[in-house]
Amino acid sequence: MKCLAVAAVLALTGCAAPGAEPPPELQGTLTVFAAASLTDVFDQLAHEFEADHPGLDVTVNYAGSTALAQQLVQGAPADVFAAASESAMDIVTDAGLTAHPVVFATNTIELAVPPSNPGRVDDLSDLERPELAVALCAPEVPCGEASQRVLDHAGVIPSVDTFEQDVRAVLTKVELGEVDAGLVYCTDVLASGNGVEGIEIPGAEEFETRYPIAATGTANRAAAAAFMNWVLSPAGKELLGDAGFGTP
Amino acid sequence: MTRGSARRSFLMPALWIPAALALALLGLPLVALVVRAPWASLPDLLSRSEVIQALALSFGTASIATLVSLVLGIPLALVLARSAEWSVVPRRVLRALVTVPLVLPPVVGGVALLLLLGRRGLIGQFLPFTIPFSTSAVVIAQVFVAMPFLVLAVEGAVRASDRRFEVAAATLGASRWTVLRRVTLPLVAPGIAAGSLLCFTRALGEFGATITFAGSFPGVTQTLPIATYIELQRDPDAAIALSLLLMAASVAVLVSLRDRWVPGLTA
Repeated sequence: MKCLAVAAVLALTGCAAPGAEPPPELQGTLTVFAAASLTDVFDQLAHEFEADHPGLDVTVNYAGSTALAQQLVQGAPADVFAAASESAMDIVTDAGLTAHPVVFATNTIELAVPPSNPGRVDDLSDLERPELAVALCAPEVPCGEASQRVLDHAGVIPSVDTFEQDVRAVLTKVELGEVDAGLVYCTDVLASGNGVEGIEIPGAEEFETRYPIAATGTANRAAAAAFMNWVLSPAGKELLGDAGFGTP
Repeated sequence: MTRGSARRSFLMPALWIPAALALALLGLPLVALVVRAPWASLPDLLSRSEVIQALALSFGTASIATLVSLVLGIPLALVLARSAEWSVVPRRVLRALVTVPLVLPPVVGGVALLLLLGRRGLIGQFLPFTIPFSTSAVVIAQVFVAMPFLVLAVEGAVRASDRRFEVAAATLGASRWTVLRRVTLPLVAPGIAAGSLLCFTRALGEFGATITFAGSFPGVTQTLPIATYIELQRDPDAAIALSLLLMAASVAVLVSLRDRWVPGLTA
């Protein structure tokens, strides 16, 4: 199972250079636009990257990937874009803002229910029960696309109560107990700790979500390249793996 | 030299440039919206069933929210106006409670409403029905955000009105209810009308509290601003068309306001 987390916290020393060769001294600020589902792991990645490059200030902006892609097309200043779907990245590549995105992680859709599972949800087909409150991602955002593929495959037509604008909004509604079930990424279940219970969906890994990353700016090319190298490095992949992400 | 002309000549050089910048900042985004609007495909974009649905939901909920605000807000405005005679602490607490939703980020209002009326909320856990993700949740979020506009407009009108008419009516033997109905309310009617229109437009534009507390489901809770936001992720042209619609509705309300209702809002 891709999502079984390695519980052990790995002591990644802050002073070890993430790239293969010692990078030149990086300066200034690096702005990263990242999918909402990357929230916790990119905080960690950015934090360790900053520790390795004291002259650099990294800011990460999280939102739904398609919203971020539209902001980039409208001229938002970001040096790196990490999206939760290739279609969101396509919006940016089609606009000529970047070329050659690289897939750095994969993710799987999972059922999330509040602790103690008040709606007694066992599997995907329970989402059809009209008396349950169900939250899904809006079909316009990557987690919504991925959820729809999983639902279609299982032949389940859910009785949805709300379509949220990103996956973390779905997670929050489950954590608050306002819905009985939601479809999120398995990494979100891990990130939530005891806040939600996850129920794996058999066959969901066939429809894994692929996360591409690309440099999108001209302001700080060197830092953008170094950050991407760090995300794709073995240490970076280890952090992603701890958060439950698969690697391509 | 008259006082007026002295002030005018002083205004000329020093203040025209920042004033023009301020005007550009306020006006140019709306100009951009009009210029960039996909005029050719506008009829198609606006006649789609999802748009009609969101439009009907928005106008329906905003109308109900305005009615609720009138029924609950006018009494609150009367109490607030009379609170001038109270001691400092309760007077300030009351005014703060009425004003806070005006300055609170609407998302915070949505979270607060969830914590109060959600399934596990302070009150919500005892209710036999669930409020979030329903059309009533949309109305509640709108009332929370928009009612203060009505309350403050009516309260301003009550304070500005001449209380001697009420005293005179009472002296002539009118009951308290008659005074309220025949003297006070007619006196503040312009304030009520202006407040209702402001309240309605604010409710129509409500986004943050609604998406947090009521969620987003087409036809049930997905109001026009939420549909606009979600559409921006799929089809920016459609989002521009919806924005234009919301702008037109807001401008229509502003135009329908009369100067005698809200001096300063209309020329």
